[in-house]
Amino acid sequence: MSFSEQFIVHEHDVLVIGAGGAGLRAAIEASAAGLKVGVICKSLLGKAHTVMAEGGMAAAMGNVDDRDNWEVHFADTMRGGQYLNNPIMVEHHAKESPARVLELESWGAVFDRTKEGKILQRNFGGHRYPRLAHVGDRTGLELIRTLQDHGIHKGMEVFMEMTVVSLLTTGGKISGVLGYDRERGRMRIWKAKAVILATGGIGKSFRITSNSWEGTGDGHALAYQAGAELMDMEFVQFHPTGMVWPPSVRGILVTEGVRGEGGVLRNNEGKRFMFDDIPEMYKNQVATDEEEGWRYVCGDKNALRPPELLTRDHIARCINREIKAGRGSPHGGVYLDIAWIKEKLPNSAEHIQRKLPSMYHQFKQLAGVDITKERMEVGPTTHYVMGGVAVDGDTQMSCVPGLFAAGEVTAGLHGANRLGGNSLSDLVVFGKLAGEHAAKYAKNNAAVEVDQEQVLAHTNAIMEPFERTTGENPYGIQHELQNTMQDLVGIVRTETEMQQALVKLDEYKARVKNVSVIGHREYNPGWHTAIDLPCMLVVSESITRAALERKESRGAQFRDDYPDKSAECATFNVVSKKAADGSMQVTRRSIVPIRADLKAVIEKMK
Amino acid sequence: MSTPTIQSNPVDQSNAVQFRIWRGNKDGGEFVNYEVNVSEGMVLLDCVHRIQAEQAPDLACRWNCKAGKCGSCSAEINGKPSLMCMTRMDSLPPGKVVTVEPMRSFPSIRDLVTDVSWNFRVKKTIKPFKPRKPDNADGSWTMFQQDIDRVQEFRKCIECFLCQDVCHVIRDHHKEDEFIGPRFLMYTAALEMHPLDTEDRVGDLKNRDGIGYCNITKCCTKVCPEHIGITDNAIIPMKERVVDQFYDPVTRLFRMFKGK
Ligand SMILES: Cc1cc2nc3c(=O)[nH]c(=O)nc-3n(C[C@H](O)[C@H](O)[C@H](O)COP(=O)(O)OP(=O)(O)OC[C@H]3O[C@@H](n4cnc5c(N)ncnc54)[C@H](O)[C@@H]3O)c2cc1C
Ligand code: SF4
Ligand code: SF4
Ligand code: FES
Repeated sequence: MSFSEQFIVHEHDVLVIGAGGAGLRAAIEASAAGLKVGVICKSLLGKAHTVMAEGGMAAAMGNVDDRDNWEVHFADTMRGGQYLNNPIMVEHHAKESPARVLELESWGAVFDRTKEGKILQRNFGGHRYPRLAHVGDRTGLELIRTLQDHGIHKGMEVFMEMTVVSLLTTGGKISGVLGYDRERGRMRIWKAKAVILATGGIGKSFRITSNSWEGTGDGHALAYQAGAELMDMEFVQFHPTGMVWPPSVRGILVTEGVRGEGGVLRNNEGKRFMFDDIPEMYKNQVATDEEEGWRYVCGDKNALRPPELLTRDHIARCINREIKAGRGSPHGGVYLDIAWIKEKLPNSAEHIQRKLPSMYHQFKQLAGVDITKERMEVGPTTHYVMGGVAVDGDTQMSCVPGLFAAGEVTAGLHGANRLGGNSLSDLVVFGKLAGEHAAKYAKNNAAVEVDQEQVLAHTNAIMEPFERTTGENPYGIQHELQNTMQDLVGIVRTETEMQQALVKLDEYKARVKNVSVIGHREYNPGWHTAIDLPCMLVVSESITRAALERKESRGAQFRDDYPDKSAECATFNVVSKKAADGSMQVTRRSIVPIRADLKAVIEKMK
Repeated sequence: MSTPTIQSNPVDQSNAVQFRIWRGNKDGGEFVNYEVNVSEGMVLLDCVHRIQAEQAPDLACRWNCKAGKCGSCSAEINGKPSLMCMTRMDSLPPGKVVTVEPMRSFPSIRDLVTDVSWNFRVKKTIKPFKPRKPDNADGSWTMFQQDIDRVQEFRKCIECFLCQDVCHVIRDHHKEDEFIGPRFLMYTAALEMHPLDTEDRVGDLKNRDGIGYCNITKCCTKVCPEHIGITDNAIIPMKERVVDQFYDPVTRLFRMFKGK
């Protein structure tokens, strides 16, 4: 078969991989520049991970507490990220989020309102003031639907249920991407002047996760294979509250909004254990007793936050500690209780159902628990990756010319730990920036010829599983990989266990070369799993190697063998890059220096 | 035709459940029997995944969130349009074979996956949101909660298309070219009732979108996993607007004078 018969070929100025919040926002921006824009996504339009986001999007609009402004948001985000964040990105984010939220309103989004008719904002962990614009607990749905319904009228061409399997480069520059459509299993080439990765997260590398099948870290791996750098991969956010029972829903998220609305954590002795351990950094920001915590929830400006609204890394570890000490709930979690607010509010059941409708629904239907009356059982779940493709803080371009990234696949904004709500605003702030700069790049650079040899080599590699008649089932390897990462590179890490993990990852790499799949190329989930595996392995290896390199505990990384922060480790980010011999090279890079005026902002907010 | 039964190993007979799952593509297909060991709290989607992992790795189905939030896993379970991820196994009649089929109103792609692209095309034909000028200098608007409650109800829609699947105008009468279906009648209603919107879509509802085909059977409302009052809260008010604008003599007279 000739090259052109074997492949369907498309051509675009800017090609966006991913149709979550970041990808759609980027595509809208690039379309606005008058360019030919394509968007590729693995699922149907509107089903990306973003749709699942619950609690809200952080933007310092000051609608509920007028003491809030970009400087407070900046300082909160840097503190939450333990100062490993790229301050340039944090500045963009803190300054531009409010405008991005208003823009969504102008495109039809309908946020919950304050009594004065403004956009309502709620409390969330690590945010000093109520800052999360939200729609009940389905904010992600509102965000993605608004972008989708606006975007389809802007001229972008959407390719649904198609998967990109490699980025194409010629002479080190982006020339396009290679992928297949799920429906027919046909290979396609998208030629493009600029490519924006907006592929989301990596949760599927772990057994217990809030992420869907899409979260296999494709974008991370594609970028790495094309020569880009991955940074901060050791920082994987374990969200403190995932469902733990029944087993089949283990890991499904319970929004932080529950705690924002007054939910408290208790162990099996009924004790609110979060009061026991308040980190030094937050000592003067936490309520002294339960009463003050409740006043904060009710909007008393003189009250400090309850300890349940500390950062996620800390809460996840406290929960872990309670469970390990035998003070957990029957199914290996702890209790999250929002029903208790009936002591404070006469119409609490109604209030809870209005503020947290999908949580009410989710527990009622999946666990048979009525959260207005009963406690929930919750435990940590793999949720979000702070690490990702290293990009320029202003343009979002990686070190590969023509390759941009935005959203969860990108590193830099969140440092060692992400504050809840900062992701949804991240998507629209940096989606816009990436779209804008990719468009500029596409206007200033001619298209690069696609390297046919490269295309054929990649194509052969992904077709191989069909040719093996005897070989392993890809699901088995996926399962083992998830167990390895969960058990050996999870919330609490040690050198010995992570070394064991590396040995296992090597073993899986060898076994992946021998997987076989049966059936046809049309909509074949077994085959897709076989294609996902190499991505999951790159991500897993990068997480493990970076975690080994960081010999300290900071933010989301907790090392039992180095339980404290080290001053030396505060000076660098860990970067993984593919070496000439194909091995993964891990290096330390000095953190992005902070400008004097931004440093002054942090000092002022201390 | 005899249907092969494939057993997962080991099966604990005490809670082994029999499934009949439709396998095939646009050229046709058949039901295949599977047996799955069901444990406490499992939902139907878990069973399908277990079959995929252990018995039929090429069994095609859509899913994303596993929590009723994305609207991907729509299917017909024992004949009822439902989300697979929100159907608890213990909610189905015990001891009975469970039948799982794709949504029957849409063309088959493979197994439980159907071609729902018509819905995406329909949406594109509806006039987009067009807000009035911002109320405030910072580009924001003043809107009150009580004025948006209804629109927020409609915006809960997860686009599972179960309502489209069940509506007889589509399912039995195949009026896809003249009728946009309950999902999009409701989508139009959400735009029309949006306090900031200035566009007029009532003429389209009547002339192009086929709102007249709906005879208020409420089947769509019954299957909606988001419990949206599709018929009562969206379609009926829109029918009333059509009547007001096109058939009400006073309004018609007024329109004649305005030359509209
Ligand atoms: C349950 C849950 C609740 C959350 N709640 C909140 C919250 O309240 N507030 C908050 O700020 N954050 C929240 N988050 C985090 C936030 O939702 C995500 O980080 C964010 O939505 C990621 O958006 P994205 O645009 O980067 O990627 P995604 O929305 O994950 O989209 C990725 C896109 O890339 C596509 N893609 C991936 N790989 C490929 C490939 N190989 N080829 C083609 N396409 C590909 C996918 O199909 C998809 O379209 C939550 C996350 C979860 C899971
Ligand atoms: S109420 Fe109308 S739209 Fe809904 S199913 Fe019946 S005929 Fe269809
Ligand atoms: S209205 Fe209900 S049934 Fe119809 S697509 Fe939306 S969520 Fe599904
Ligand atoms: S998988 Fe998302 S609704 Fe069922």
